[in-house]
Amino acid sequence: MVDTEEKNFFSRFKGLKLVFKYRSITIGLALVTFLLLVSLLAPAFSTHNPMYKDPNIRLSPPSREYFFGTDNLGQDVYSRTLYGGRLSFLTGFSVMFISGFFGTLLGLIAGYYRRLDFVIMRVLDGFMAFPSILLAIALTAVLGGRLSNVIIALSIVYTPSSARVIRSVVLIIRETEYVEASKSIGASSLRIIFCHILPNSFAPIIVQGSYVFARAVILEAALSFLGAGVPPWIPTWGGIMSSGRPYMMVAPWIIFFPGIVVILAVFGLNFFGDGLRDFSDPRLRGVRGM
Amino acid sequence: MRQYLIKRILALVPVLLIVGFVGFLLLNLIPGDPALVILGPEATLDQVNKLRAELGLNLPIYLRLIYWYARLFRGDLGYSIFSSLPVLQAIFERLQPTLLLTIFSLIIASAIGITSGIVAALKRGTWIDQIATSLSIFGLSIPSFWLSLILIIMFGVWVRWFPVAGYEPLKNGFLKTLRTLALPSLTLGFVNSAFISRVTRSSMLEVMSQDYIKVARAKGLSYRKVILKHALRNAILPIITVMGLTLGNLVSGAVVVETIFALPGIGQLALSSILRRDYPLTQGILLFTATVFVLVNLLVDILYAFLDPRIKYG
Repeated sequence: MVDTEEKNFFSRFKGLKLVFKYRSITIGLALVTFLLLVSLLAPAFSTHNPMYKDPNIRLSPPSREYFFGTDNLGQDVYSRTLYGGRLSFLTGFSVMFISGFFGTLLGLIAGYYRRLDFVIMRVLDGFMAFPSILLAIALTAVLGGRLSNVIIALSIVYTPSSARVIRSVVLIIRETEYVEASKSIGASSLRIIFCHILPNSFAPIIVQGSYVFARAVILEAALSFLGAGVPPWIPTWGGIMSSGRPYMMVAPWIIFFPGIVVILAVFGLNFFGDGLRDFSDPRLRGVRGM
Repeated sequence: MRQYLIKRILALVPVLLIVGFVGFLLLNLIPGDPALVILGPEATLDQVNKLRAELGLNLPIYLRLIYWYARLFRGDLGYSIFSSLPVLQAIFERLQPTLLLTIFSLIIASAIGITSGIVAALKRGTWIDQIATSLSIFGLSIPSFWLSLILIIMFGVWVRWFPVAGYEPLKNGFLKTLRTLALPSLTLGFVNSAFISRVTRSSMLEVMSQDYIKVARAKGLSYRKVILKHALRNAILPIITVMGLTLGNLVSGAVVVETIFALPGIGQLALSSILRRDYPLTQGILLFTATVFVLVNLLVDILYAFLDPRIKYG
């Protein structure tokens, strides 16, 4: 079936109430907002100084005083996790916007201008051919382990895959009848790209954005875990878990609780993105099995 | 089609040149002197200079690049700085665990992913769909290193079904190998199944809202036939793409999982070679994994054109 009726993504936001009919959007948004707020307001919610070391309470299990227990230096894992959330969210947001912007731009160009497609895609293939974690580690090693450099590295890692997804959508849209119709009445390429193809690509762009955000949070944690991200004394989710690895058998809480928080955050993001996808694509809305 | 094939195969050349170039640049811009790293802090300046000359590190960067490409064309990837083995040999010695890990993980991921994706799509809106979808998103949200550590605590320490570290090569018996790879494959398989399941579900839903499915149902075809013959066949394209991309994820995942489970594979080798500034080895590994990935991508694209004649290639 070919879509003859164009969907306008933004017009649907007029009924914001409609959005919240989608439970996954509400749940995902609530979860992410909650964790974001708690992280931003970390000074208010934390119970201890995240950097304060008390050797007397090394590796103590979770208690009323230390909700997530303490690590090998006697630091409060709960408070460190809260502060770690700030860096993880900042990383995720930044990577999503940077790679989303460049990915969409490259995807539109490659999908629409077939001559440039070959060149652009081969260069992107070259980048995508690297296993993402190795590329991120190598880039971070080159640039130096600062947070801004981790963000740049992760953006470089995720731009090609975003571009590829957007391109594949553009490839399909450019063959539709309404694009053919616009062409036949003399619409310019720019008009077709920005008035027809881009608005119709929004759903996959946003779904891809939520996916990149989520993956960036996980990959940042993995980098810190492997000791290739931001310096170890700065509390990040991966860094906290990494510090708990040698004590995994005696103090599993150092790994367990920050991991649960990462999962909740990423789960919320993915849930939100999925809901938004169902919502923004009306062809899927009416489908209730067969 | 044949022209397209030839074009795509020729297109591998620039991609691999770019890969080689990026890999080369990356590693030559890394701060740190491999000669210093190898010899340690007690080395005299003379020793360092001698080694630098031996390794070609004194040459200007563009000459090093030209030599690198020239040797590449002869199929010579150089020698690892640390082990002094030829790079290709060093890679092939570490290939088996990674290859098996990748295959097992992909099988597990596809089995879980495609099944749960189809079930979720068919039962859309019911509690089964909710559970399947939530579970798949949950899997997508678990960091593989965290899952590895939890599995180690559960299966390696509490019930002791599987070894928590190390690798038994195939020549010691397939079952032994399988045991050592069980937890790592399970980790990677589960984490990556989520993505396949998610795409299977949305792709099936997309197809099932199309008119030809309604037509097929209306003309009286059985439910089963419509699902398997009309819906799944049309939904398979995105699924295949995702499986191809998953292969890249699996190699990435292998870096983490091999490090945690102490598997002597390519992932572990790659990480240690980057951190040790072993230029030739790192370049070789990057080129090797990139070649595999590019070939898989090519295969996916060819399948695409083969399975969906609507997509035009200029």
